Amino acid sequence: MAEVLDATTATTEPWADFRAALLDDGVLLATDVDGVYGRSSTYESVADAIDRLVLRVGADQDALSVRFPPVMPWSNFVKNGYLESFPDQMGSIHTFRGDERRHAELVHAAETGEDRAPLLESTDMVLCPAVCHPLYPTQSGTLPEGGRVVEVYGYCFRHEPSTDPFRMQAFRQHDYVYLGTPEGARAHRDRWIERGLEVLGGLGLTVESVVANDPFFGRPGRMLAANQRSEELKYEIVAPVFAEGRPTAISSSNCHLDHFSRPFGIDTADGAMAHTACFGFGVDRITLALLDHHGTDPEGWPADVRAVLWP
Amino acid sequence: MTVDETIRQVLADHGRLAVPVDSLSDDTDLFGAGMTSHASVNVMLALEDAFDFEFSEKMLKKSTFVSIAAIRSGVLELTGG
Repeated sequence: MAEVLDATTATTEPWADFRAALLDDGVLLATDVDGVYGRSSTYESVADAIDRLVLRVGADQDALSVRFPPVMPWSNFVKNGYLESFPDQMGSIHTFRGDERRHAELVHAAETGEDRAPLLESTDMVLCPAVCHPLYPTQSGTLPEGGRVVEVYGYCFRHEPSTDPFRMQAFRQHDYVYLGTPEGARAHRDRWIERGLEVLGGLGLTVESVVANDPFFGRPGRMLAANQRSEELKYEIVAPVFAEGRPTAISSSNCHLDHFSRPFGIDTADGAMAHTACFGFGVDRITLALLDHHGTDPEGWPADVRAVLWP
Repeated sequence: MTVDETIRQVLADHGRLAVPVDSLSDDTDLFGAGMTSHASVNVMLALEDAFDFEFSEKMLKKSTFVSIAAIRSGVLELTGG
């Protein structure tokens, strides 16, 4: 009986129809791992259009533009507090440094489905968990008068396997990061929430901003999450998805206070500890929300939405 | 050690305060005195070790750890003191 119930539950997941449409229409390509997909040219044409839209919207920011690979140093990961707060989402990178005998054991372990971990060694890298994280160590020192805005785009990884297409393990963020005074950080956050609502609403999505918290680990994490919420440090822009209209975050903003500037020694022009804030467009989440809302064929989307994406 | 002495020792060891613990009054805002959110988590865990209890779910918030007086009130609630 339990198996029958499980099977019923599995087919009624709220994302079942959307996931089936994405895979059946070849918009996303499934892999052996939940939450890791190949992207079709159809999907990428939308993601690219959002990327360019984000750049047009931020053209007035006079932002420094940087790109990092999807890996970052372990030292950075520890120093910026990610290990402390989100150990369960980590993508630690390992390699093999043994001899031929150990190699044979590794191949054997793979063939028999045994755990490979005891035969591997850690490297000095992790998969990048948030696109702005590799930025902060590069900003050590004194910021110019008025602070600095940096535009960063790239892939992130968080270990959260799920069949929900919106819960990808590898996904892209396009961020505008501010480094400067506390007042400047709040103003950046407020300005970009407003812009985000306008831009995403212009794509035919029904959006609103809500106070949110990050999924901090464990019991101590519940306290960090409560603090984050009570201080309203994180906002998400959510849009309803699936038939049930589940509110789903498609962009977010975070005021980090001095969380990143303290470990990396980032100061304002007048010598005070800098504050940082970022606004991130969830490029894959926005792409998916559009595919969910307007259908899996972008050629058939409303003309006004297409005009914004492909001017 | 008395409850207050233990609380002050935990704050000295884990609070990462910008001022000496001796200079704190019962009502000094600890976050105002430099304790970060992450430091308050370490204070919470150290208090649990020191008093051998667990803070309840509803106590896992900033106001429980905002001052020595607030911490003492939480500790006494859990130890039945």
